[in-house]
Amino acid sequence: MIVTPGWYMTLAAVLFLIGSGGLLLRNNALIMFMSIELMLNAVNLTFVAASRAHGDIGGQMAVLFVLVVAAAEVAVGLAIIVSIFRLRRTASVDELAELRG
Amino acid sequence: MIDYLWIVIALPLGAALFNHFLGHRLGEPRSAVPAVLSVAGSFGYAAVAARDFFVSATAAEEAVTVVHLFDWIPGLGAGAELLWDPLSATMTLGVTGVGALIHLYSAGYMHGDPRFSRFFTYLNLFIASMLILVLANNFALLFVGWELVGLCSYLLISFWYTRPSAAAAGKKAFVVNRIGDFGFMVALMIIFLTFGTLSYTEVLHNPGAVMGAGTATAVGLLLLVGAAGKSAQLPLHVWLPDAMEGPTPVSALIHAATMVTAGVYLVARCGAIFALSEIAGGVVATVGAATALLAATIAIAQRDIKRVLAYSTISQLGYMFMAVGVAGYVAGLFHLLTHAVFKALLFLGAGSVIHAMRDEQDMNRMGGLRAKMPFTHATMLIATLSIAGIPPLAGFWSKDEILAVLFYKGGYFLVLWGVGLVTALLTAFYMARQYFLVFTGPARWEEGANPHESPRIMTAPLVILGALTLVIGFVNTPFRLGLEHFLEPVFHGVPVAHAPEDGLLLTSLALVSVGAGLVGIFIAYLVYYRSADQVRERLLGRVRRPLMAFEHGYWIDDVYGNLIVKPGRRLAEWSADWVDQRVIDGLVNGLGGLVRHLGELLRPLQSGFVRAYGSLLTIGALVVVAWMVIRGL
Amino acid sequence: MVEMVVFILMGAVALAGALGVVMARNPVYGAMGLMATLFALAVFYVVHLAHFVAVVQVIVYAGAVITLFLFVIMFVGVDRAESLTEKLSLQRPAALIILVGVVVLTGALVVTDRFDWVISTAEPAQVVGSIEEIGENLISVGSSDVRQASRWLLPFEATSLLLVVAAVGAISLAFYRPRRSEEETGTSDSDTGSNR
Repeated sequence: MIVTPGWYMTLAAVLFLIGSGGLLLRNNALIMFMSIELMLNAVNLTFVAASRAHGDIGGQMAVLFVLVVAAAEVAVGLAIIVSIFRLRRTASVDELAELRG
Repeated sequence: MIDYLWIVIALPLGAALFNHFLGHRLGEPRSAVPAVLSVAGSFGYAAVAARDFFVSATAAEEAVTVVHLFDWIPGLGAGAELLWDPLSATMTLGVTGVGALIHLYSAGYMHGDPRFSRFFTYLNLFIASMLILVLANNFALLFVGWELVGLCSYLLISFWYTRPSAAAAGKKAFVVNRIGDFGFMVALMIIFLTFGTLSYTEVLHNPGAVMGAGTATAVGLLLLVGAAGKSAQLPLHVWLPDAMEGPTPVSALIHAATMVTAGVYLVARCGAIFALSEIAGGVVATVGAATALLAATIAIAQRDIKRVLAYSTISQLGYMFMAVGVAGYVAGLFHLLTHAVFKALLFLGAGSVIHAMRDEQDMNRMGGLRAKMPFTHATMLIATLSIAGIPPLAGFWSKDEILAVLFYKGGYFLVLWGVGLVTALLTAFYMARQYFLVFTGPARWEEGANPHESPRIMTAPLVILGALTLVIGFVNTPFRLGLEHFLEPVFHGVPVAHAPEDGLLLTSLALVSVGAGLVGIFIAYLVYYRSADQVRERLLGRVRRPLMAFEHGYWIDDVYGNLIVKPGRRLAEWSADWVDQRVIDGLVNGLGGLVRHLGELLRPLQSGFVRAYGSLLTIGALVVVAWMVIRGL
Repeated sequence: MVEMVVFILMGAVALAGALGVVMARNPVYGAMGLMATLFALAVFYVVHLAHFVAVVQVIVYAGAVITLFLFVIMFVGVDRAESLTEKLSLQRPAALIILVGVVVLTGALVVTDRFDWVISTAEPAQVVGSIEEIGENLISVGSSDVRQASRWLLPFEATSLLLVVAAVGAISLAFYRPRRSEEETGTSDSDTGSNR
């Protein structure tokens, strides 16, 4: 039995599912953030696997850009969480509903 | 010299700009100096530039020049080009010459007006615009001048804009002129479609090669609409009497001597086009005849000294239209020239009288001014006799030539000749009536009016114009056709109607028209000089009904008011009250309401909870995936 | 064979780490789980010959990002255990339905062969994601085929701009202090000033 790209895809799909479950079900902003990182990494795995399957370096390039964007997102996102925490003394997103229409 | 022809326009334009920005600092007497000098300078420059035209016919032929200043709208064949030929030279000299005298007069007349320098700004701007109009070498530039003089006319009629009547008169003049402009613009479009250019050089040089008789008729009639608007011909004459709300020098300059003759100039300039269409010319002549007669009858019953002159102007313009309608361009332009001089004189004299009477304009409250105002009286008398057609004054020669041309044309135009003759009689009558009412008889003014002769700065132009009235008729007498030869290079290849050369016929025609003038004067003498007041009352009472019609201008204003203005106002009110409130506002409000309801509908989605947004986001992603499953990537 | 062993081992680590992230009560454990997953993925990258990406994964993610997370977790307070009671009544059932939808639709994608082209196992040319290869792809200006060489140049520059913006944003957020009381006195001062 050989490990085909499909295996990696399946693993990535499961990781993505777990990540989205964490995003939807937890209310701690930090945990939600980590779930998002998890989802991003699941996608990265599919990119790298596809890169090898097709012999195209483009997949790895895409991963690099995703990494950079994720790093930027973490920097800003965590700064926002810290600001909110200073203001409200909580990290729970359910208590932040000021934008209710 | 010719290459710098733009100086003629630039001088008054520069003075206008100067007075606009600096005039109020110069103060009252001094700001008139650049205004008068610039116009006089233009006159001098034009006179020197025109010297070649006087030498001989061949020299004049060669001296016709097109001065190209710069490219303006190449697509329309319209460069900024000035045409210097005897016709434009005549107009230029007339405009600047009479204009300079009126500027001088205005310096006295406008004494004490708080907007003294602004008045000269407008006057100079008008002179510059009128020069653009007459010097243009294409219809586009002509149109620029055409509209600019309309603007100046509007500004000057409503110069005393705090009077509601003056503001209304300015608006009326502008709107009525727009109606004429509409016809003019359509004519220009047809010309452009036919020739592919608006340049005189190409359009007016043998237009018959490109243009059929039908098109020529259409263009001619549309040009007539434009000319009728500017020159106050039937049925667009209603603005000119109201234009008397402006200061009197404005009436003299714009609404008697120069701007209103633009229509005559336009028809003469387009003689080559009118030559292609018998019908268009006939219509022009008929409109002129109808206007001449109608305006003359109205003038009989006016009490306002300026309104008499206004209707008289309309009537005399009708004469000019008659002349140019039968291709008697020389006769028409000759009358234009003489009329400019003596009508300016009449208006300035009237202004002098009004000035002396402390802004009283009703002739029934004047009388006996002969002794009080010797200069005004003498010059007015000359002008009155001139317009009545008494030889050897200017009006006699020009009016007589028009009538002779009409008579010589024969056929249908004999009717127009008859109309012209009757009009001549009426003209003599109402002018004499005005003279008798103002200058003779007992003084009917109120106590303390204390009329006095105007200052020298005002009487000097009167005297100059009076002298001109005496002599200017001799530029084109049957004995010496000076103007006719002078204008020959202009109407090269265009058939021009001439007066008969038969001396006996000419003499008898002249005798008839002089006789008509004398009869008119005599009737006025009987009614307004010899008769006692009661007799006159009784005499006038017999013709009360027609006099009523004359006095109200045949109620044409009321007819227009009821037929056009009122329905228009009703339509506007309906639009404002119903269309705007219900339809437009309804649409706008409905749109707003729709958006608001949609917003209310979607509002619950915006819960403010991050995780709810996450759910929605995921659902969106799932929809995309579902799409991929169903339709492929 | 070796790859399969690696896949099973590291796949198990990755799944365990992921579940740890989602289920840990204490965020510190969550961060640890995330780090495990990231390491496992780095191993997979090496297996796929994406060496540079694997290195960056370890340095940036497992190194920098996780450290940042831990800092913030410490700042916010480790002892604040999250209450696991759900406040949004519809959230849990909705989330379950959505997750089931994800599973079903992904499965459908595979079953309907819409996914085949991605995992086709035809023998392709091997690419090695070495640092030279990546660098060549990013900013090689000496290459003869300029268009091919500069294919990734614009996104590269754009992300660099994005990073700068993010850095500035994070710094300004960190400096931001809501000073409500001072602002109120300030406005009242200016009000009286204008009234005077």
